[in-house]
Amino acid sequence: MDLLRFITCGSVDDGKSTLIGRLLYDSESVSLDVLAALEKRQASGGVVDLALLTDGLRAEREQGITIDVAYKYFTTPRRKFIITDAPGHVQYTRNMVTGASNADLAIVLVDARQGVIEQTRRHTLIAALLGIRHFVLAVNKMDLVNYDEAVFARIATDYAELTNHFHLPAATAIPLSALQGDNVVKPSQHLPWYTGPSLLEHLESVPGAVETAAAPRFQVQYVIRPQTPELPDYRGYAGQVLSGSYRRGQRVRVLPSGLESEIEAIEVNQQEVETATAPQAVVIRLRDDVDVSRGDALVPAGPEEPTLTRELEATLCWMSEQPLWPGRKLLIQHHSALTKAAVPSILYKVNVQTFGRIHTEQAQLNDIVRVRLKTALPLALDLYQENHATGSFILVDELTGDTLAAGLVEAANSYYFTAPIAPPVAFSI
Amino acid sequence: MSTTFDYLDRLEAEAIHILREVAGQFERPALLFSGGKDSIVLTRLAEKAFRPGRFPFPLVHVDTGHNFPEVLAYRDLLAAQLGEKLIVRKVEDTIKRQRLREPGGKFPSRNPLQTYTLLEVIEEFEFDACIGGARRDEEKARAKERIFSVRDEFGQWDPKRQRPELWNIYNGRIQKGENVRVFPISNWTELDVWRYIQRENIPLPDIYFGHERTCVVLPSGQLLGLSEHLQLDAEDEIVTRQVRFRTVGDSTCTAAVESDAATVEDIIQDLLLAKVSERGATRLDDNISEAGMEDRKRNGYF
Repeated sequence: MDLLRFITCGSVDDGKSTLIGRLLYDSESVSLDVLAALEKRQASGGVVDLALLTDGLRAEREQGITIDVAYKYFTTPRRKFIITDAPGHVQYTRNMVTGASNADLAIVLVDARQGVIEQTRRHTLIAALLGIRHFVLAVNKMDLVNYDEAVFARIATDYAELTNHFHLPAATAIPLSALQGDNVVKPSQHLPWYTGPSLLEHLESVPGAVETAAAPRFQVQYVIRPQTPELPDYRGYAGQVLSGSYRRGQRVRVLPSGLESEIEAIEVNQQEVETATAPQAVVIRLRDDVDVSRGDALVPAGPEEPTLTRELEATLCWMSEQPLWPGRKLLIQHHSALTKAAVPSILYKVNVQTFGRIHTEQAQLNDIVRVRLKTALPLALDLYQENHATGSFILVDELTGDTLAAGLVEAANSYYFTAPIAPPVAFSI
Repeated sequence: MSTTFDYLDRLEAEAIHILREVAGQFERPALLFSGGKDSIVLTRLAEKAFRPGRFPFPLVHVDTGHNFPEVLAYRDLLAAQLGEKLIVRKVEDTIKRQRLREPGGKFPSRNPLQTYTLLEVIEEFEFDACIGGARRDEEKARAKERIFSVRDEFGQWDPKRQRPELWNIYNGRIQKGENVRVFPISNWTELDVWRYIQRENIPLPDIYFGHERTCVVLPSGQLLGLSEHLQLDAEDEIVTRQVRFRTVGDSTCTAAVESDAATVEDIIQDLLLAKVSERGATRLDDNISEAGMEDRKRNGYF
């Protein structure tokens, strides 16, 4: 049984919470006492409001909104699912980015009466920016348009135009009613003209995460040195295979030092193994006594090496209430590598409705901007679109420790900034 | 090797990655060990993360004085087998030192008082990170908490000030006085934990399995194991039943469920059929108010 992580995105009244509630309820993932607590709150009695299954905090209940990313879990005989529920308000781009960063699939929810609206576009483009490959267009509230096939077809066509225009992966459109339970888990007799899978059937059959396609990447998180009489000289580099796979005997280069060695052993739970594949957590031992510490990358020497650079261009989602201004100093955390960084220039702001470029002096909370970054120590980077694991980073406030931004590496050429003419790389996904 | 991993492999890899981030980012971390199945699973994950080295943190147990004796025995045995340092601090001592009032009532729960002892032990050893076995499926407030959860010097959780948590990058940078609670098995469900226990063949305290026990029948119909801490009346109904515990908290506020389950496999079958959530079935203290967990977390609870 494998795992699928998906994010649900929709506007405030699209019925997102009801949809999640319906998935949990119809897949029999809600326990009786949780239902009882909901019924107790249901002042008027009547049917249980499934949306309440996902509204966690008191402030949310008081205001009837979702203020933060919540996680829900359910399992069918075929799969375990992790649902990331991100709020739909315009101002919560940061939560949407957070949720999308760990999702294999996005469900974009629209109200059948409204069709594709500005927020649909915004959510789709943000999910695409974060590299999500699988999209589901869930056309909800079909009961309120008399289950009309023409309404569904028009919305599906509108959405296909959007994805074509931006060269996004094609979406699977599914008509449903979360409130009535039509076509969420069980097929619906109200939708005789629809012959495709129900939402859950589709979620069960979509391919899951595959980290093995990208080049081998491994970063040292922690150095294991028992220094016991039995193991006086043992040095094991503990970390997760971020992408690709490694094998015993492979030549590797340590970055940033550039020293080369060979993998003497790969250990999983103290057993030596021949190969290790992402996302396994392993311990790697090297044949030579080279200097390796936390944050260093072990990569195959040669053409598959990442770019080692102190200068890069990146897309940032700015997540702090203090704006970003050019020249600002901060910390960059590239997984287990941490170093000082500065943002010499903000190139432009991205319009998340059109992917157009807007001139800007500062980045404000929830802005998506393209910037140049300089780092104090060199980092071993890949482009985000080639490798999510090593093309991603966060920016951190040195004093408060707060996470300021999510970063996607767009250009990481060490000559990029010194080349005579450096045309900005066209913005694409 | 196949390119698709079982979901338990993915959950395990994620948890090991998180534990190693704690080791890499913090000066003085600790693993909060309750003797419950979730913290037992954490010790297995820590072995996978750090062997053949020692754990880069001690095990810390906050002893309420109302613990099940079987669990305390298991705790000492496990710490000895692992060869890792165990620090025990007692709620009893905090009550004396801080002149706290003992909770009264028929079923006195020291659960709220654990927070005081926890904050004391964090201060005593200057722990900057405390690893715990909480899971997001347990409760609605937990569902919204980050894996690295920054707390102020009073241990308080502020849901509106949470840091966004992106990809698998964990930001543990804190200011003096703050500390981080870390939940490596956030994404596991109760069923996942049991399936992992089965797969890894992890021994558990006996009270998790069906056994005969003398219990008080509560007005809700729940069963509470008889112990010296309960204040019983003449009209209380005392019964002997075949029961097991789904969670292991204070003996005064953790109800038993009727079960013949003798093996982990039996328990998994029980769970697949069970229609009542873990906390709902067994925790008396969460039923007080619907925002019970949110309030306690805001006050420094796990």
